[in-house]
Amino acid sequence: MAETSPQTRSLATLITTRRGGDRLHWSDVFTYTYLFFGVLLMFGPVVWLVLSSFKTPAGLIEFPPTFLPLGQIEVKVEGYDKPLPLFEVDMEDGTTKQLAQVRRIGIVSQMVDPKNPGEKIKVPINQRTKVREFRMALENYTDPLERFNFVQFLQNSVIVTVVATLVTLLINSMAAYGLSIYEFRGRNAIMLFVICTLMIPITVILVPVYLVVTQMGMINSLWAVILPGAATPTGVFLLRQYMLTIPKDLIEAARMDNASEWTIYAKIVLPLAMPAIAVLAIFSIMWRWNEFLWPLIVLNRSEVYTLQVGLNAFQGELDVQWHYILAMTVITLIPVVVVFTFLQKFITTGIASSGMK
Amino acid sequence: MTEIKLKQVRKSFGDVEIIHGIDLTVESGEFCVFVGPSGCGKSTLLRIIAGLDNVTSGAIEIDGETVNNVSASARGLAMVFQSYALYPHMNVYKNMAFGLENSKMPKPEIDRRVREAADMLKITDYLHRKPKALSGGQRQRVAIGRAIVREPKAFLLDEPLSNLDAELRVTMRKELAALHANIGDTMIYVTHDQTEAMTLADKIVVLQDGLIEQVGPPLDLYNNPQNVFVAGFIGSPRMNLIEATAGQNAEGWSLNDTNLSVSIPGVDGLTDGARCTLGIRPEHVSISTDGAGHTTARVAFAEQLGGETYLYCDVEGLPQITVHQPGQLPVVKGETLALNFELENMHLFDANDQVIVNKVKG
Repeated sequence: MAETSPQTRSLATLITTRRGGDRLHWSDVFTYTYLFFGVLLMFGPVVWLVLSSFKTPAGLIEFPPTFLPLGQIEVKVEGYDKPLPLFEVDMEDGTTKQLAQVRRIGIVSQMVDPKNPGEKIKVPINQRTKVREFRMALENYTDPLERFNFVQFLQNSVIVTVVATLVTLLINSMAAYGLSIYEFRGRNAIMLFVICTLMIPITVILVPVYLVVTQMGMINSLWAVILPGAATPTGVFLLRQYMLTIPKDLIEAARMDNASEWTIYAKIVLPLAMPAIAVLAIFSIMWRWNEFLWPLIVLNRSEVYTLQVGLNAFQGELDVQWHYILAMTVITLIPVVVVFTFLQKFITTGIASSGMK
Repeated sequence: MTEIKLKQVRKSFGDVEIIHGIDLTVESGEFCVFVGPSGCGKSTLLRIIAGLDNVTSGAIEIDGETVNNVSASARGLAMVFQSYALYPHMNVYKNMAFGLENSKMPKPEIDRRVREAADMLKITDYLHRKPKALSGGQRQRVAIGRAIVREPKAFLLDEPLSNLDAELRVTMRKELAALHANIGDTMIYVTHDQTEAMTLADKIVVLQDGLIEQVGPPLDLYNNPQNVFVAGFIGSPRMNLIEATAGQNAEGWSLNDTNLSVSIPGVDGLTDGARCTLGIRPEHVSISTDGAGHTTARVAFAEQLGGETYLYCDVEGLPQITVHQPGQLPVVKGETLALNFELENMHLFDANDQVIVNKVKG
């Protein structure tokens, strides 16, 4: 096997490492093919999404689809008010020329040479191809942000995600502390009970929770989204399993050190459970940011829409504004990616030591 | 200066009783060592004193005050754990200051105490390191330092040296003894290592199966063990314990077994034909020069350490006999030796393993 010295390993050696010496072993071929498909499968859709989000509506429905966002070049021709689209034309004498199209009549297009604007040329449309360049339709991003109050949606989503995550972490870590640090009769039964609630799908409790939220007058406020999901059984389980691994001696040492239960929780257990808390934070942020069904039900006024609900507004019954949806989807992806990048190192340690998958 | 008193302390986990009624007084300023094999309840007893475990019945008194219902933090004791239990996310300074911060002590006072303790334990250079960047011995010092800064009523130490290597253990043992001499506080120390007990203690408490076997100063336990267990547990290598039958004859008494015959003067409490256990420490077994001895043994193997020699001798029908002699002996494996037991240092135990006499003669 290759020597394992993490400092000297670069990405280049990592992606060219072979099983044995200079020759390519069949398993190298297999592995790299497999990994390549894996990467394609994972990143393909994301890359496609990002590239497509910069395409114009026309570019999106074009067939065959283009990989890069392209736009047709337009030229200003003397004698015409508007810029004219540029085409590459196969002339009858066998040469090709770049001509601007004045108008199209049926299968014939009336064109003009930009260098010689006086003369009009008639060309069958199957003998011309568009001259295009790489062009990003940034209006896909700017329009929704200006016209559709997307900044408000973004703000709501951030508030919901941040507040809900903080509340989740606080409540869950306190529950986990109680269920891991203290030993009492029925502790495992309570934990089992908590885990059991995982088996109840959200669709089953949708109506009862809605009724409760209505009774409490929280409809159309962000609290209606934040509070119902704050205590998650997954979170309690994850944190509790991690806290069980904290040596009991430490807690007892703290007790001997005159620490109150609150001090032990805040100054000993929380810092030591940081990897698990980071994992839960990532999960919580992803859940809350991507949550759709529940906000859709309890948020009915556009001022309180979250991003995901706001996105839904672009999807009418008859008309789907794909270019806006794609662009805003990219925006909704960004925070999760950022959070993941910064906290990902905790995930492996957290998952490895909490026994969670 | 603190006196700790246990009165009929019992502890059960579920239906299993671990501590079967212990009465003990640890005097003020005393270095008291609980020693016993693993599972004897010594750590449990320490945790009961610390307040980390509750008693099932009985009372714990600290300076005459019953503390059964006082929480661990309010008892004013400090504990050093076997695992050191240093807070891994805090540096050494914070580790030591944590207990003081919790009692709302002013910052300058905390700083003074921490630096003083660090100075005493020679860990001033490591104050800003995290525990994981320290060696075993340094961690041990920090753990002790954390106890010292609290200026507790008494120190409780739970096998504090068992995670160190042999050499460091000896060094730390000396330092602990010096520390106790220096601060003079009451200390209760739990160990399974009788050498630590012998070297450190003012008073040793030998425990077995949740009962006190014997309490006393180290040499008292060494010279006058009250039962077979203490006789075997204290002292290294362990005392030779040989079962024999007492017999009275015309010349006096003798202890007999296969290949064994020891003539002894009359001893109170010995009856003709009773089974008893003869105890003789390895250093009190001598090699007979004239070929006549209490028993004849074949050397199974010899350990020549230069300054001293250990012989492990097999006698058919008897347990292996250890012989400890100073100097270098010209003995080889397989040699047959006649062994004599010094009657002045021979212990005799009855059929119930209780002592009859600790000096058969003199």
